[in-house]
Amino acid sequence: MRILIKGARVLDPGSVDEKKDVLIDGEQIAAILDPSDASPSGAVPEDTGDVQVIDAAGLVLVPGLMDIHVHLREPGHEYKETIATGLAAAARGGFTAVCAMPNTVPVNDNSQVTTFILEKARQANKAKVYPAGAISKGSAGTNLAEIRDMQQAGIKAVTDDGLPVANAQLMRRALEYCNGLAMPVFVHAEDIALVNGGAMNEGPAATFWGIKGIPSAAEAVMVARDILLSQLTGAHVHFCHISCKESIDLIRWAKQQGIRVTCETAPHYFTLIDEDVKDYDTHFKMNPPLRSEEDRQAVIQGLVDGTIDAIASDHAPHSKEEKDLEFDQAAFGIVGLETSLSLSLKLVHDGFLTLEDLVRKMAKNPARILGMNNDIISGSRADLTLIDLEKKHTIDPGRFVSKSQNTPFGGMAVQGRAVTTMVDGKIVFQHP
Amino acid sequence: MRFMKKDILDIHSLDPDEISLILDTAMGMKEISQRPVKKVPTLRGKTIVLFFQEPSTRTKLSFEIAAKRLSADSVAITKTGSSMVKGETLIDTVKNLESMRPDVIVMRHSSSGAAVQVARRVDCSVINAGDGIHAHPSQALLDMMSVRENKGRLQGLKLAMIGDIAHSRVARSNIIGFSKMGAAVSICAPQTMIPAGIASLGCTVAPTMEACVADADVIMMLRIQKERQNDVLFPTEREYAGCFGLNKARLSLAAKDVTVMHPGPMNRGVEIASDVADAACSMILDQVTNGVALRMALYYLVAGGSRHADTD
Repeated sequence: MRILIKGARVLDPGSVDEKKDVLIDGEQIAAILDPSDASPSGAVPEDTGDVQVIDAAGLVLVPGLMDIHVHLREPGHEYKETIATGLAAAARGGFTAVCAMPNTVPVNDNSQVTTFILEKARQANKAKVYPAGAISKGSAGTNLAEIRDMQQAGIKAVTDDGLPVANAQLMRRALEYCNGLAMPVFVHAEDIALVNGGAMNEGPAATFWGIKGIPSAAEAVMVARDILLSQLTGAHVHFCHISCKESIDLIRWAKQQGIRVTCETAPHYFTLIDEDVKDYDTHFKMNPPLRSEEDRQAVIQGLVDGTIDAIASDHAPHSKEEKDLEFDQAAFGIVGLETSLSLSLKLVHDGFLTLEDLVRKMAKNPARILGMNNDIISGSRADLTLIDLEKKHTIDPGRFVSKSQNTPFGGMAVQGRAVTTMVDGKIVFQHP
Repeated sequence: MRFMKKDILDIHSLDPDEISLILDTAMGMKEISQRPVKKVPTLRGKTIVLFFQEPSTRTKLSFEIAAKRLSADSVAITKTGSSMVKGETLIDTVKNLESMRPDVIVMRHSSSGAAVQVARRVDCSVINAGDGIHAHPSQALLDMMSVRENKGRLQGLKLAMIGDIAHSRVARSNIIGFSKMGAAVSICAPQTMIPAGIASLGCTVAPTMEACVADADVIMMLRIQKERQNDVLFPTEREYAGCFGLNKARLSLAAKDVTVMHPGPMNRGVEIASDVADAACSMILDQVTNGVALRMALYYLVAGGSRHADTD
């Protein structure tokens, strides 16, 4: 069975941006054709019964979106999310692949857990998973995990995400070791001592609500440390969920020095600020916290000038019970897979980014960070996303296919969304 | 004027007219406590639950006596005596309390915002008796009542507040309350005790204790919380007392008729010298007396007063 995606604006940054027809044969892109070639009288018939035609007029076809920071919660916390529900949510959000963080129970710190995750993902038959393994055994920050063994099992990055690697010497060794494996090290930049039990951004809003504050410096001091360790070791450091101006300034400087660092931010950091935290609504509680308006502007500027390479959702599902608590006791984190694209498209509608920029940050660069390609060229795997840029709609957590609905964006009016998600030539999501 | 609020959660959500109404009502209540028979039938048949999840002597007793003077039935439960030690969540616990049809829940909780979260989930009135480091509205109101009674006004007064502002719900509520009523609030403490953006609540930060208390009409000393000393806020009590303790010399910089306040419990010799605490200008015990009248007023306004004109 072949699939012909007909009439879409095909946008693969650096390669193509025009109206094309794309023919998929099996798991691969077979041909990229001029629309005339694909006419009924042309090379590719649409009436043979052998070709399924998708009318994509008015839509944009882009390389499959990749979310490189996702918590799938399985194994261990299946009540929050399973690999199957998380990957279905990814597909609904337009993502053909996600990078799954290793802070499950047990931690993905050995090849058996990696193999389990990949097998579950294969059964789910939705988006793909590129697992991240732990840096340290049990993410306990003392001994290195068997990273080479996990790499052979399929991990694409390592991180102790959820926790920082507090010991700088262990971090140095991890970077040196991973550099030899060409494995990126994802950094959860947080100085726990500076966080000191805080639950939202330190500033006037936290003072007003009486919530202990988390200063930006709690993130930025670790960013500074790991920039210097990247410089020392030559290893690729990728900073996760960057939220504040200080971190972005440091990363901009590092890139100017030629230090091998990349970074991501999440849609909530360019959409909301600490002043939006109202009446102790725990759906606004995540780590790092929503920052100030100045930080939000710095995040947008970082995306515009290329300091920030990627947008990743930090999808962090939690049950109702874990959120319906006192603010300081509620779990940190929000879901993001099913809102990320719509929220990010606002940057395009508002004129901050071109659509090409956005595709780089949500498809091209995420793949590059993981050491992969993600191209619309003949012969590549057919991981593709079809986007309707214009469709206005309201975010409705009740329609999420994720197991959890912990989002601050319920009821928000947005414009644009994924309509079709294709993984290895199979349609894994089609908007009804 | 009718008081229309269901709950008393913080000072921020009260406007100056509402604050004045509360203080006026409290002055009327004060007289009841001076009678030989200190009880009126105003809230007969009303049920008040005192739900305290943090240790409290003064505030809890004050709320309890206030309920009895208005003939309401009050029941007290504590965290250790509640199902919360069995793992029941706060919301489940208060939904259970609500099923017993109380008219008012007075709650104290260690988490900021707990009373706000509870108030939007129950139909009965909620009075916040202190939540984390967020708010302690009844304390701030009784402080305003005491000062207004003593000085005849709040407008134009100069209030100096010294101590651990960062970890004090009393400080937050008083800064917001006194500034809302037209007083000028100046605060002072080591920077470790000054939270980010505090000026946005309506105060100025003085560079020294001397500058803070200069010409002050009211000096409010906050308690140094010894139990917080695992978070390093200052080197020693000795050094703190030297820089930020209220002694006779510093007191002499204030206005001639200065009033000294402390929400209690005091650390004598740390934030306040014993002789200052015991001096005639101190109104620390008046604050406690007024606390009962003020809390009677809060009960009356939310449960028996103009909000329920038909039951008045």
